[in-house]
Amino acid sequence: MVSLALIILSSIFFTGVILQTKSITSGRKGPGILQPVKDVIRLFKKGSIYSETTSVIFTIAPVISFASVIMACLVIPFGSWKGIISFDGDFIFFAYILALGKFFSIIAAMDTGSSFEGMGASREALYSMFVEPAFFILIGSFALLTGNTSFYNIFSTLHLGSSITYTLGGMASFVLIMIAMIENSRMPVDDPKTHLELTMIHEVMILDNSGFDLGLILSTGYIKFAMYGTLIANFYIGGLSFLWAFPVFLLVQLLFAVIVGLMESFMARFRMSHNPQFILVLSSVSFLIFLGVLLVLEKFV
Amino acid sequence: MNFINIFNQQVVPVSSIPLLNYNSFFETICLLVENHPERHCVLYFGYKENISIHLICCIADDNEHNIKVTSSVINENSVLHSLTVVNLSFEKFEREIHENFKVNYSDHPWLKPVRYAEDRADKSKTIANYPFYSIDSEELHEVGVGPVHAGIIEPGHFRFVCNGEQILHLEIQLGYQHRGVEQLFLEKTKLIQRTILAESIAGDSVIGHTSAFAFLMESLSGLMPDRELLFSRTLAQELERIAIHTGDLSAICTDVAYQLGSSVFGRLRTPVINFFQEWCGNRLSKGLIRTGYNPFPFNRALADRLNTILDAFEPDFIEMNSELAKLPSSLSRFERTGMLSNEQLLSIGTVGMSARMNALNRDIRVSHPYGLYNEFKHEPVIKHHGDVYSRVQIRKQEVIQSISYIRQLLSQIPHSQALPQPQPQPSILKPDSFAISLTEGWRGEICHGCVTNETGEMLIYKIKDPSFHNWLALALAVRNNEISDFPVCNKSFDLSYCGHDL
Repeated sequence: MVSLALIILSSIFFTGVILQTKSITSGRKGPGILQPVKDVIRLFKKGSIYSETTSVIFTIAPVISFASVIMACLVIPFGSWKGIISFDGDFIFFAYILALGKFFSIIAAMDTGSSFEGMGASREALYSMFVEPAFFILIGSFALLTGNTSFYNIFSTLHLGSSITYTLGGMASFVLIMIAMIENSRMPVDDPKTHLELTMIHEVMILDNSGFDLGLILSTGYIKFAMYGTLIANFYIGGLSFLWAFPVFLLVQLLFAVIVGLMESFMARFRMSHNPQFILVLSSVSFLIFLGVLLVLEKFV
Repeated sequence: MNFINIFNQQVVPVSSIPLLNYNSFFETICLLVENHPERHCVLYFGYKENISIHLICCIADDNEHNIKVTSSVINENSVLHSLTVVNLSFEKFEREIHENFKVNYSDHPWLKPVRYAEDRADKSKTIANYPFYSIDSEELHEVGVGPVHAGIIEPGHFRFVCNGEQILHLEIQLGYQHRGVEQLFLEKTKLIQRTILAESIAGDSVIGHTSAFAFLMESLSGLMPDRELLFSRTLAQELERIAIHTGDLSAICTDVAYQLGSSVFGRLRTPVINFFQEWCGNRLSKGLIRTGYNPFPFNRALADRLNTILDAFEPDFIEMNSELAKLPSSLSRFERTGMLSNEQLLSIGTVGMSARMNALNRDIRVSHPYGLYNEFKHEPVIKHHGDVYSRVQIRKQEVIQSISYIRQLLSQIPHSQALPQPQPQPSILKPDSFAISLTEGWRGEICHGCVTNETGEMLIYKIKDPSFHNWLALALAVRNNEISDFPVCNKSFDLSYCGHDL
């Protein structure tokens, strides 16, 4: 319960912080950190327009992908507080409930029949496919390290004690930040600000969505970001009391958002053909974490 | 001689241009351009005289600094041999002649009309039902972009044939901006109307086009522009080059999602553009250039202001460029993207910046100097890779070069009259004459040509924007590139839609 409330709370300012960081680094004042939420509220008040070529899939897809993210949030714990649901193997549930939402947004894009959206859908599907091994090797390694298979048990029994586990924590944060960037279609894999359909991934898939549906898709993105931020924060707040855990959580979320903003300000997007290579690198970093875990557990023969 | 040699902005009687039959006209042009990379066709057009069509072909020679002109007369609906087979750079000129006069070429490889869908006389054939080049395949897919784009640019349609992310073929369909500018030049007889028309040919090359027009009108009416006039046109041309090049660098950075470059170059462009506002009251420099007189003489106060602007501009510009050149992620997008070989550039007759990106030295400021360019010992910036990065580097170096030229100009401002005196209207153009005027806009060679009749009225006014040829360069450059790199390729050429469509 605590984690869901905190995820919703941080999703309110998360994207705003990214935008504000980008504005400041480019010498502008910025719209204020609440602007993304204001945009969503404005969109919620509007009606949607549907193209004649679309079917019921296009209509229900935004709701399903929103619901899938909320479902995924339910299993995320907050330090020593359980998520709303928690069971053995819930990280697999987490990954595939997100995949379900993504699947629907992909077929909804295909449903419009636009050549752009088909292109975006194929890119999104490809990158999601490459991200999957990185996520499972990462969480699997920590499951092995702690001997548990639910998020709550993994994080509550995870104690970063020796120097090698600090390294593992750092590498895990890196992989999770990058997975979050890819899953949310941010730089350096995708450019959320581009106005050019040919270079888009996620943006091009939602070109036909409008009004309430678009608002839902945008808020899905905000919550997804905050969700990954919470996952990262969990590495650091395992054994802390709430009084300590809460500020650490906020700090991790804020730092995450600022890092995203800085990354988007000071580098160019990757060439599309370099993206799969880059995403595969995440899998190899995850594999390093796995080897580190084996080292800690002295499982090397 | 089968041709005459004239100079940039020189007026000759139409009767002095050799009039050949089409076969010897064809032979002459072939002899002129074959194995002569320093010669390229700057203007090849036809105009109607009674029932026959008069063809004039102008080939500029960069080494001899002159323009070789020859002409021919053909009948309407005649079937001719195509020069394109001998030299590909004639393809678009011949397509235009085919479109305007129904001249058919028996062996032209692709007689696609330039500005209309198929036959311009047949109103039932529109771009909506135009048969684009397509490939029948299960694996390949087509992507159509435009004519309405997401960004604030002009209309044009791009039809890609792609294999997954890779572009196999790009067909560019233009003509959406066709306003009949050349026809309007004949219909509007007042000089001021024509000047406004020249200013409206392409909004980003106002100085280039208007000064080409003004030089042409001055030649045809026998006016000699004084030093003050040449000074302000040269200065304005270099300022325009700085402003647009910087704006393009900003747009290129936006297309690779490099926010810092995009915002810094964007900020740097603004004061330069705004200086035009201070000088002539219009940011796009409309109203600055008039035939025969200078309505806004340059003075010491403006010079001091411009010096201050450039002093602030230059260090930031250089710093941002070195940041851009050090950034691995941007280099990986720029290098080896949208490449064209020197042979390709030569064969399609590319001009200006797009030619200089791969060792093709075409710069009117050197080859056919006008204004005060004689005094600069201008050395064109030449690159040798023909990729997006070459075009970025050319922009950077040309901006720095232009700044040094402007500093040089500002050190010797010619004395001007206290108040600008509009000259008497040069309403009467020399009768039965032909003249051609070339200027080097920021995009490349801008060519205006005019033929007058026995009473001194225009028979035809012909305009060639550098984009006319260079669009084909873009279509070739994106082949085998990723479709997601098309926007940055397109922006690195930054061709004009309205300059092409006229």
